[in-house]
Amino acid sequence: MSRPWARRVLSCSGCVLVVAYCLAPFYWMTISAFRRPQDQFDNSIVPTRWSWENFSAVFSGEGFGRALLNSLVVAGATTALTLLIGTCAAYALARLRFRGRNAVLGLIVAATMFPGISQLVPLLKLFTEIGWINTYQAMVLPSLGFALPLSVWLLTAFFRQLPEELEQAAMVDGCTRAQAFRKIIVPLAAPGVFTTAIVTFIATWNEFLIALSMVNDKDMRTATVAISTFTGVSGFDQPFGTQMAAGAVVTVPLVAVVLVFQRRIVAGLTAGGVK
Amino acid sequence: MRRIARPALPLSPTLLLSPTLLVLALVVGYPAVAGFRESLYAGGEGLDADGFVVGGDRFAGARNYTAIFHGDRAGAFWNAFGNTTFFTFTTVALETVIGVAMALVMHRMFRGRAVVRASVLVPWAVPTAISGLLWRWIFQADGAANAVLGREILWTADGFPAKVAVVAAEVWKTSPFIGLLVLAGLQMIPAEVHEAARVDGAGPLQRFARITLPLVRPALLVAVLFRMLDVLRMFDLPTVLVGADQGSVQTLTMVAWTEASDLRYGSAAAYATVLFGYVALIASLFVKLLGADIIGEAHRHSRRGKGTAE
Repeated sequence: MSRPWARRVLSCSGCVLVVAYCLAPFYWMTISAFRRPQDQFDNSIVPTRWSWENFSAVFSGEGFGRALLNSLVVAGATTALTLLIGTCAAYALARLRFRGRNAVLGLIVAATMFPGISQLVPLLKLFTEIGWINTYQAMVLPSLGFALPLSVWLLTAFFRQLPEELEQAAMVDGCTRAQAFRKIIVPLAAPGVFTTAIVTFIATWNEFLIALSMVNDKDMRTATVAISTFTGVSGFDQPFGTQMAAGAVVTVPLVAVVLVFQRRIVAGLTAGGVK
Repeated sequence: MRRIARPALPLSPTLLLSPTLLVLALVVGYPAVAGFRESLYAGGEGLDADGFVVGGDRFAGARNYTAIFHGDRAGAFWNAFGNTTFFTFTTVALETVIGVAMALVMHRMFRGRAVVRASVLVPWAVPTAISGLLWRWIFQADGAANAVLGREILWTADGFPAKVAVVAAEVWKTSPFIGLLVLAGLQMIPAEVHEAARVDGAGPLQRFARITLPLVRPALLVAVLFRMLDVLRMFDLPTVLVGADQGSVQTLTMVAWTEASDLRYGSAAAYATVLFGYVALIASLFVKLLGADIIGEAHRHSRRGKGTAE
């Protein structure tokens, strides 16, 4: 370790290893999607013949476009609702002093501990009774159960990072606390809120248990559920090529978002300890 | 503490907090109570004491619970309990080792850090259900895993290889998360501390064990706690990768889910309640024994300020 070049080689090979570990399975999914169905079980690193056949199979039947739309609606609505009410709660927890503040924060964090399956059984029964099965709200409401604690927790951490003096200065200058919140805190907190939005959106987009159980109508399924139940058109027992193509379609936009906003996302993840 | 008099109309904490608490009461509080009540009832049709067929929910007392621990389905429960525990400890242990190693590599880098950080986020962004499919494809009988290993193992059938497949897929997806959290912790350690230790004659291993580890401990503990809570509830990955009814990988959530999808809500709720108890037990043991301080961690992050980002 004393010679600098040995150190550099070691560190370089280390990071090559990390990148390979993280990207190899993802690369394999993408590359498998581009194989021709008849070459599907060919294990060459690069396809011998490239083809879009799997992708056209994804969108030809099964209503996959509709499933993507459903995912977008559910994840979008959950994120919007969560931010709307979570921002208020996080501001109170980060800035206002009142009795039982830590208890409330503890309660909200403890809610993340509640297993999805415990939530599922009573809500499934309730939603069956009131005719909510196969509706968006049947997926959005339970998702709030994990999305809300998560974003309150993230936003609280972000709000606490903002210097309190700014707000106090605004109030000295004659702002009310509500005005100080609107004119000082909201613009300053925008990056944090944005990060929380991305993290929440991805968490909801990836949700599976609730979406699988609350819906039995093909037209209401989200993308993750739709893909896992693909029967495919290629005639294999399990249409891996089609599934890999669909997986790539669902994942590549997320990966693109992650690449663009990586700095923010890392800040969000490390502030909150999200999965 | 207050240096400024409150304005005439302060934002009231009650007002700000009530929407969140209301929603949580509805989607977490209500299911907690209703689920416990449900677990004391048996649904569907059955015979009453006089041999008549009765429908609807009937009070069953603790029968749903005794059916879990004794009787013909007890085997399935203990199997799922064992699987859940096995997955939790193996994946979290592996993730911690790999995550810390990743963080050390990333911390030492000077160039190309953005590339590595971006690629580390990729497994995290892949939906778990999709990663289940992806690994099912890799672990196919004539798939990539067997080609690389030069073996012919039936990974996604039954038995131990199926467990290994689940652990491998889970570790791949989540160790980057631990890596990022530990990296944030590492970046908080002032270089002078290491410098001082080096001057005092501490070797690299000693510095790692005596300085790096204790200083990243708070961040690491919170990460490990969150991961444990997550694996204890594992459902998506084994369901998609191997199958919901495969004994070798069936977790507690999967057993409960199977019961619920067979419309045995009472029994499903009992399984879910047992799982909840188990999760709460592990969490409180962890916090008590190792002193992971979740709320304190939030305070700490606020004190560290924006440095946490990078």
